[in-house]
Amino acid sequence: MLLSIRNLGKRYADHVALSDVNLEIPKGKIFGLLGPNGAGKTSLIRIITQITGPDSGEILFDGEPLRLAHADQIGYLPEERGLYKKMKVGEQLLYLAQLKGMPKDDAITKLKEWFIRLDIKEWWNKPVDDLSKGMQQKTQFIATVVHEPKLLILDEPFSGFDPINANMLKDEILAIKARGTTVLFSTHRMESVEELCDEIALINHARVVLSGNKDEVQNRYKKNQFSIRFEGELLSIPGIEIVSHESAGHAILRFSAGMGTNEAIALLIQHIRLLEFKEVIPSFNDIFIQVVSETN
Amino acid sequence: MNKILLVIQREYVTRVLKKSFWISSLLAPVLITAIYAIPIWLAMKDKEQKQIAIFDQSHLLKSADLQDKELVFTFTNVPEKSFKTQFAKSGYDAFVSIPVDVLTNPKGVHIYSSKNIGLNLKESVERLIQNKVRQELMYKAGISAKVYEDTQVDIASETITVSENGGETSSSSAGAMILAGIMGLILYVTLLLYGSQVMNGVIEEKSNRIIEVIISSVKPYQLMLGKIIGVGLVGLTQFLLWIVLTIGLTQVTGKIYASKVKATIAVDQGRASVDMRNAMQDSPMGEVTKVLESTNIPLILVAFLFYFFVGYLLYSSLFAAIGSAVESATEAQQFTFIVMIPIILSFLLAQYTMQDPDSTVAFWASMIPFTSPINMMVRLPYGVPVWELVLSMCLLVVGFLACSWISARIYRVGILMYGKKATWKELSKWLFYKG
Repeated sequence: MLLSIRNLGKRYADHVALSDVNLEIPKGKIFGLLGPNGAGKTSLIRIITQITGPDSGEILFDGEPLRLAHADQIGYLPEERGLYKKMKVGEQLLYLAQLKGMPKDDAITKLKEWFIRLDIKEWWNKPVDDLSKGMQQKTQFIATVVHEPKLLILDEPFSGFDPINANMLKDEILAIKARGTTVLFSTHRMESVEELCDEIALINHARVVLSGNKDEVQNRYKKNQFSIRFEGELLSIPGIEIVSHESAGHAILRFSAGMGTNEAIALLIQHIRLLEFKEVIPSFNDIFIQVVSETN
Repeated sequence: MNKILLVIQREYVTRVLKKSFWISSLLAPVLITAIYAIPIWLAMKDKEQKQIAIFDQSHLLKSADLQDKELVFTFTNVPEKSFKTQFAKSGYDAFVSIPVDVLTNPKGVHIYSSKNIGLNLKESVERLIQNKVRQELMYKAGISAKVYEDTQVDIASETITVSENGGETSSSSAGAMILAGIMGLILYVTLLLYGSQVMNGVIEEKSNRIIEVIISSVKPYQLMLGKIIGVGLVGLTQFLLWIVLTIGLTQVTGKIYASKVKATIAVDQGRASVDMRNAMQDSPMGEVTKVLESTNIPLILVAFLFYFFVGYLLYSSLFAAIGSAVESATEAQQFTFIVMIPIILSFLLAQYTMQDPDSTVAFWASMIPFTSPINMMVRLPYGVPVWELVLSMCLLVVGFLACSWISARIYRVGILMYGKKATWKELSKWLFYKG
């Protein structure tokens, strides 16, 4: 485990931000932190980045209790992100990299590699003021990863990205994961969760209400439903419930308890010509809405 | 610690590389040198000589009575009326007519000119005639010219401070006042200037939203301290530039004047140098020079840099706390007045301190940390006991530590508060937030 969060609690004067939060974030995986606005995601991230401290509980970073020196091994891209407008791109990134403890020469070498990689070589001496929003986002991303952190924390990384930059960002996140970096990323966008995450945790009202491996969570929320495409007329078959049959040649079915898929298929093909048969996997969108409304 | 240095470096370098920094660093010494040099230059300048025709019907004046370095008199017998008609082509700047009965009719003198004559010329002509007329009247009353000359005495006092062991130093209370005033004013302006620079820097980081990235790398108090020290070093750099450039420029102009004086002494029997010395002594800078000669300049300089830097640290930590609580400079106004009141108050107290540097009010004003930077600097040229200076410095350091502690607590909460209008109540709550 790269990060073990144990019994974490945090309260502000007028509300509880986190209550008894327990999470295990495995090394080298992409961990999705989900939850509605105000659920406590940002509070949790600020405690991990040591911007604020917890009231109770503890965090282990790579097996050791989290301490100040670990800040240099974390890269953090906050949701509200900005740059010094008057500084030049190169010197700004150099400053931010040095603040993360990189020696100057190292930082320059690594930054130049990133400038070539993202095809922005000519920006080094440009003031940030002159950059477009997309260019600023690239700059901010480099600032987050240049010191090769063990843990990368991205808070709503895709917000405000155009499709091309979003795609580039996705590729970079996967490339960073391939190098063994752990990524913790918080988002509302469920399609990026499905595409990228290995593990997820859902926070609602300061508590973790759902967590685990992505496939395992999806399996947990399966409703034993199957989608079929077929030719012929679908009649009611004992033991097979038609959940929906909105267009000709397509239906969603549920089988009665104890009926296996092979058995069901054997029954179905007596009446129709089966073109496609697959299990309905619940989307994270559905799971999210279901769990959040259940726990409210 | 390393990270504080990085923050200091960024704050310092980005500001020192700005054009506005160099403009203000160069402009001030040039202005100071100009204040010093222009009166001397005016005194030394060769004045244009004016040609004046004089028609003296009283036959009182001799050419020996009409000596003036700017005016050349020529006696003429052309009467007023005909002179007026040929005045334009005569080449004279003015025509003076003195009536026969000038001794009894002093208002009968007329000065004619084609252009409006300057006040200086009018006064010079009047003075010359008046001197002669007075001499003549005195003579008629039985007082010799010699006696008249001897009665023209000027009183000029010299002020001297006496130290405990009886030693004497010539002092100038006017000069001390000017020096005190200048230092008080510079402190007043710079405390406000650099303090609000710190505040704007904090607001910039917060409204830019870069703050969260930065404080995931450094602790908020490191960022705050780094910013304050960085901006303060910019201030010190500016002072050093001002001091070095001003001394350099005044030395150079002094040399230029000295060589000119040497050149003129030969032709003008030293009149120019006398004029120059008079001009120097009469100008306010001359008084200050006298004070500088009689006071301990290194002490004043060191104390000035100390009071500027620590006083600045105290105020700017408060400015930083305000900057952290707001999202724009306009929103900051409701809080800045509370920091500006002590600065303005110290400046007002300084006027009083300057008049009476040993009064009880002056003593306390130079002890209390908020008012001491300006008021102690104002007292210093008049002489202050060592224990008072040391106590005041210690109190200022204590004041700074207390203010920065309070500020750091407000700052670390404030910089992360978005979209929440800060109030005094809110700010005081932040003081007691846990980590």
